[in-house]
Amino acid sequence: MPEITKLIHKYLRHDKKFPHVWCPGCGIGIMLGALIRAIDRIGYEKDDIVLVSGIGCSGRLPVYVDFNTLHTTHGRALTFATGVKLAKPNLKVIVIMGDGDAVAIGGNHFIHAARRNIDVTAIILNNSIYGMTGGQYSPTTPYGMRSTTSVYSNIEQSFKISELAVTAGAVFVGRGTVYHAKLLDSLMEKAFLKQGFSVVEVIAHCHTQYGRQNRLGGAVEMMEWQRDHAVTVEKAATLKPEEVKDKILIGVLVDKELPVFQSEYERIRERAKGGAGR
Amino acid sequence: MKKRSQKKELLLQGNEAVVEGALRAGCRFFAGYPITPATEISEILSVRLPQVEGTFIQMEDEIASLGAVIGASLAGAKAMTATSGPGFSLMQENLGFAVIAEVPCVIVNVMRGGPSTGLPTFPSQSDVMQARWGTHGDHPAIVLSASTVRECYDITIKAFNLSEKFRMPVILLIDEVVGHMREKMTLSEMEDVEIVNRIKPTVPPEWYIPYEDAPSGVPAMANFGEGYRYHVTGLTHDIRGFPTSRPDEIGPFINRLFRKVNQNFSEIQMAEFFQTDDAEITIVAYGCVARSAKRAVIMAREKGRKVGLLKLITLWPFMRSAVEKVLQTSRMLIVPEMNMGQISREVKRVNRETAKVFALNKVDGTIITPEEILTRIKEVA
Repeated sequence: MPEITKLIHKYLRHDKKFPHVWCPGCGIGIMLGALIRAIDRIGYEKDDIVLVSGIGCSGRLPVYVDFNTLHTTHGRALTFATGVKLAKPNLKVIVIMGDGDAVAIGGNHFIHAARRNIDVTAIILNNSIYGMTGGQYSPTTPYGMRSTTSVYSNIEQSFKISELAVTAGAVFVGRGTVYHAKLLDSLMEKAFLKQGFSVVEVIAHCHTQYGRQNRLGGAVEMMEWQRDHAVTVEKAATLKPEEVKDKILIGVLVDKELPVFQSEYERIRERAKGGAGR
Repeated sequence: MKKRSQKKELLLQGNEAVVEGALRAGCRFFAGYPITPATEISEILSVRLPQVEGTFIQMEDEIASLGAVIGASLAGAKAMTATSGPGFSLMQENLGFAVIAEVPCVIVNVMRGGPSTGLPTFPSQSDVMQARWGTHGDHPAIVLSASTVRECYDITIKAFNLSEKFRMPVILLIDEVVGHMREKMTLSEMEDVEIVNRIKPTVPPEWYIPYEDAPSGVPAMANFGEGYRYHVTGLTHDIRGFPTSRPDEIGPFINRLFRKVNQNFSEIQMAEFFQTDDAEITIVAYGCVARSAKRAVIMAREKGRKVGLLKLITLWPFMRSAVEKVLQTSRMLIVPEMNMGQISREVKRVNRETAKVFALNKVDGTIITPEEILTRIKEVA
């Protein structure tokens, strides 16, 4: 049996859930593949994984996989994940969000989860648009681009999600694209194994909405764009600033050590029980 | 000596009694955001929870607080948050999630004057309707109230028990007066307190149907990480927890959510009758106003007037049967409330022209006094 078939049998839910809701050519499937391969390589038990999502195209991902899955409210996935992780620290908690989910409605939760260094992994599918509601501009829609709510032009500046995560204090931040699927595999594996708040930003295409409205072609053309515009962190270090100005930096952006909330809280418990709370 | 250590005489605030009740009920997770007049609950739990292997976390806002509480409950912890009006408004979103995904949790709202920032340090009873209908969509609600420090303890335990038993959020409405006043309370560690825990599945994981329509209306609940992998969603779902758009699955699901409450009124609904057996006039009150009402009854009885008190503890589902009971003797009902008439409308709805129902509304941030209630009785009687 080919490797991928084994993974499909092991990790996908077979009852009632397929076909999935995503458009043909969507990048979410590639991201899901990377996630499953990383989990399989590390060897987590399915019972020990909690996959949490918010609302939008990415929010529909957990329903297809055979873990403990939690599809929450829009932007709030990280808050639910925080509760799950603190109540049962032995569980591996992974959060899937979209760009609107993570940095628009959930932006506050995102920076605070990073600041607190809660031991969860946040995977953010950034396709620069609200896809499920029909293509409205999001906080990562680039300046000057079109959407159904910016048909003249998007006049807002966009967020850089990974850089935001770095500034907010995430201990691991990696960025990949769905074109660079193998890099995505390794970024996810590193993020899952990291103690603390880890982030993987996945640059993806929404050819159905963003691509169509901005005449960027179909899925293939948009993935070629990813190929042509991504530069690895290692290579970027050898280039001049003007050469990387319009490029997407991919690879590991940050990998550092900071005290994790749960282990800090364990110390608080010891102090509280010893009567030395004050 | 031993006996004395088992019986503690305490001078407690209502908010402190809520904490004692929560811990006694088994609460081991609290997430909250600072807000007057509920902050003491956070402060004390931040000290107490780590002593009992529990977890306290201060979140970035009240939306996040209830999100974390729901997450913790899904992972198996009894979990709670506490807030006041402005924070309660923010919680409405995830409150609906707890209803549809059937996640037990307790939300304490120490009511203050509104709307908006309103009166942070003054009492109010103006969130009664918000507690019932604040979150969008048609949904059942269990909302309890307390008027004494002892009740804050008992009703908090009850709130946890009901939330675990019926797998739904339970809201405890107290007010600034009850939350901050101090009363003597005797707490015995030997006291027999009923503690209810959620029913867990006994079938093997492959047989588990997470949202099965059991006769009780309450499906067994598996905690995350215990071998029963299933899907939890805020989308309307089928019995397996997967999103559905089939009318034959949607209707029975929403109906079951209501059935959980509607077929268990006797367990959920609580009220206290004080001197109502022969009462010609009955005051219907709850929360801090019930204290003034009790005094008003005593004062009226001293003058030979047949006045009684129906104190509502359960506000939602509204206790129709208790009102009907006092309507058997009373020709007049007075409903004093620190709002513009949120419960009096319900009382009027239950009354079928057999009595006259008068409201007494006060919204200036001060408590309704016994004298004001007696004056109102004189006005209308």
